[in-house]
Amino acid sequence: MGRYVIRRLLQAIPVALGATLLIFALVFALPGDPITALAGEKRMDPAVADALREQYHLNDPLLLQYWYYITGLLQGDLGTTFSRVPVSQLLVGKFQVTINLAFTALILEGVIGIGLGLWAALRKGKATDTAILAVTLLLISVPVLVTGFVLQLVLGVQLKKSLGIDFFPVAGAFEGWRSYLLPGFVLAGTSIAYLTRLTRTSLVETLRADYIRTATAKGLTRRRVIGRHALRNALIPLVTYLGADLGTLMGGAIITESIFNLNGIGQQLAQSVYLREGPVVVGIVTFLVMVYIVANLIVDLLYAVLDPRIRYE
Amino acid sequence: MKKTAADVLPTEGGLGNEPLLAVDDLHVEFTTRQGVVKAVNGVSYDLRAGETLAVLGESGSGKSVTAQAIMGILDMPPARIPKGAIRFRGTDLLKLSEEARAQIRGQRVAMIFQDALSALNPVFTVGWQIGEMFRVHRGMSRKDAQKRAVELMDRVRIPAARQRVHDFPHQFSGGMRQRIMIAMSIALDPEVLIADEPTTALDVTVQAQIMELLAELQRESNMGLILITHDLGVVADVADKIAVMYGGRIVENAQVHDVYRAPAHPYSKGLLESIPRVDLKGHELYAIKGLPPNLLDMPPGCAFNPRCPYRQDNCVSSEPPLYEINSTRSSACHYWREVLDGSHG
Amino acid sequence: MSESTPMAPGTSDTLLNPAPPLPPSPGSRPGKAEKPASLWSDAWHDLRRRPLFIGSSIMIVILVVMAIFPSLFSSVDPTQATTCQLATARQPPSAMHWFGKDNLGCDTFARTIYGARVSIVVGITATIVTALVGGLLGLIAGFAGGGTDTLLSRVTEIFFAIPAILGALLILSVFDTGNMWTVTLALSVLAWPMIFRIMRAAVITTKSQDYVVAARALGAGKSRIMFRHILPNAVTPVIVISMINLGMFISAEAALSFLGVGIRSPEISWGVMIADARPRFLEAPSPLLFPAAFLSITVLAFIMLGDAVRDALDPKLR
Repeated sequence: MGRYVIRRLLQAIPVALGATLLIFALVFALPGDPITALAGEKRMDPAVADALREQYHLNDPLLLQYWYYITGLLQGDLGTTFSRVPVSQLLVGKFQVTINLAFTALILEGVIGIGLGLWAALRKGKATDTAILAVTLLLISVPVLVTGFVLQLVLGVQLKKSLGIDFFPVAGAFEGWRSYLLPGFVLAGTSIAYLTRLTRTSLVETLRADYIRTATAKGLTRRRVIGRHALRNALIPLVTYLGADLGTLMGGAIITESIFNLNGIGQQLAQSVYLREGPVVVGIVTFLVMVYIVANLIVDLLYAVLDPRIRYE
Repeated sequence: MKKTAADVLPTEGGLGNEPLLAVDDLHVEFTTRQGVVKAVNGVSYDLRAGETLAVLGESGSGKSVTAQAIMGILDMPPARIPKGAIRFRGTDLLKLSEEARAQIRGQRVAMIFQDALSALNPVFTVGWQIGEMFRVHRGMSRKDAQKRAVELMDRVRIPAARQRVHDFPHQFSGGMRQRIMIAMSIALDPEVLIADEPTTALDVTVQAQIMELLAELQRESNMGLILITHDLGVVADVADKIAVMYGGRIVENAQVHDVYRAPAHPYSKGLLESIPRVDLKGHELYAIKGLPPNLLDMPPGCAFNPRCPYRQDNCVSSEPPLYEINSTRSSACHYWREVLDGSHG
Repeated sequence: MSESTPMAPGTSDTLLNPAPPLPPSPGSRPGKAEKPASLWSDAWHDLRRRPLFIGSSIMIVILVVMAIFPSLFSSVDPTQATTCQLATARQPPSAMHWFGKDNLGCDTFARTIYGARVSIVVGITATIVTALVGGLLGLIAGFAGGGTDTLLSRVTEIFFAIPAILGALLILSVFDTGNMWTVTLALSVLAWPMIFRIMRAAVITTKSQDYVVAARALGAGKSRIMFRHILPNAVTPVIVISMINLGMFISAEAALSFLGVGIRSPEISWGVMIADARPRFLEAPSPLLFPAAFLSITVLAFIMLGDAVRDALDPKLR
């Protein structure tokens, strides 16, 4: 297992370096003056522009620029806003909101996705299976943009109007965990569908394995064959998929947070984009990409814990 | 109250001159996209306690499907058993409830599979998997079951069993894995053991060790052993009698030494002649011409006729019944006399 | 193959990676890519009777016609400012204005119809670009192997570390203007590695199959093996994923336009319409719900098509 962990760690480093280089290249290496571009339609004070040029070392060669950027990053420096507030300071407090949202989504995803997937797999080819697959098709196809607004309207507003049920707050995070239910589901929507399909495929494939036939030949009940022998194997890819999804959910929270007016990292990002505060956008995206890479790394290590074939490699 | 295997069927007595296990006119078919595949068409054989029956045939001959039908581990659907009986101690297993069959499976009739790596669950230790038999069927504690697992691993001669009981299947060599499979199958002293190509995936030297182990375990426990194989060379030393299968049917039933001396079916003869022999060194090795039959599109008459050197017109027009040659021997060939004589017709 | 390593489940991205990685299956799929001709004709035979395929194809044809000739569907031309009357803003749906009017008093139906063009153009263009770029590089990496393969594979791993919507947001926020082409470019830059992976894996699998080995042994030239033997087999999974991606691109375009970095007013796109209708959404939902419905149906049509084609080509999973 030691070798596996070391190999994964060594693989994550060049990916993280490469990703930051890519972000850097996408923003700063494009033709034209990045400062003017970052400022967008705003007219920029030449003094501010010069200060920014200085800050991003734009007069230095590209590789040296990257070196400054990456060393800053290692010290937790995500850059500063036009008004010279560190981006990292901007994110304090907002991180908690995004984490809450992402975990709510993850729990909903795990419970609903694995539940539906197992149900479909055990009813493979029957009406239930077809119905569940149709639901996943819908969940995958309807964009977050649409489910967000529609559920906000239906569950947040109409439910209150027609039935007097005021359970789902439509905006803000003022109602504790309930505030996260609706946005959490919206954020998880597509992931629920993929996890359902993955669960179904995983269990169907596992049930076809030779060791399942062996378990049956041992005289075990179908319940035990599925519940112990098949599930333990089928769950391995699901747990890792779920873990990796945490990073995806955090990165994808931008639209959900914007629709439900949750004051998290995503909404800050949307605002900065709207205000055309380029450096902040770069800083936040870099941060989210790092979270994503770390989440993937943790998942890879988790994989080794779950699968003895890798543990004792 | 939990049913035990003994409640379902009596353990002793009632046998008299009856065989321990008798397959009678078994038919198995599979519904596929391309149509109905008749995998087993009227197979009958029987097995007595302490006896070893070798079931010989190419892949697709129905030998494994028959074994899975005995175990009751066919997926139904797509499989279906339209006809036939499988009598274990006189009781037709096919007429029992699923619950009752689960009590026989593993405890009274056990099975080992060809590829032990894929047949063992990769995420549980071998000790857990062997011990599961005792925990589930005998209600033993985890600790006692583990102890029994170590004993069994010793019995199948796995070195350092006490340590290795905590290892996972992929940490063992192919031969050791097959020994674990065997340990698991004999855990509850079954009366019948079905070994489906137990040595096919192994090296030749390891093959011999595994066969020796099986023979030894059988002598100790007096269980009936069904040895499924495509390799006639494997069975010579261990089997008492042979059932040769082709295209879902038995084409020859005989005592092992009879077949070796003089086969009564052209297919058995072909199999025998394709084994390399020391005394015939230098001779060209014989190979059966043609391909195994397509189960979706069986040739008319005798299924073997397109590949048969003895073929006459009636082999295409009429299907040969299983001719009784003597009390222990039968052949499904119109020309079994010619085959026995060794003259090519 | 990196696809079967445990890295795979961790590297998927909800927005643009529609197919969750499958658990490693003990047996590979024999014969899946052995006879392309009969595979495709079998698939076609199978597809023609699938309601999913027929339904999605009809929807796609209608949407494409709508994108090319929007005036066939709507007598009002919403690109002319004169057709909007502020006094009638947020009128509910009526016989005259089927979908009602939006915050600026423009006809929602007409705008929704005209909004199809951006979605279809972005979707199709980004799909073609990613399929060509990712496909070609994947073909080269899979075929050449060695250093070329290692280099290209490492590069794609880096791309996979950046969630597509974030990357696109980043690229678009440095452009001064937002239009169909910048959105297409941003999406293509981030999505080609997916096609690359699929193509590379397919080429590597095909390459080791007996008939390709035989062709090589018989002295067939490199380019002949690549284009006559490997490509026709490897192209199947790429086509399936591309169709599903097409829907995802359309969805992403709407999201980016909604965030203000994609298509921008006065150009019409469903994402722009949703963003425009948003401030008064709870009191006047129809200007948001109608483009949202069209958006969902369009994405659904392409994903359904992809699903149907995959099922027809790979019946194992059913």
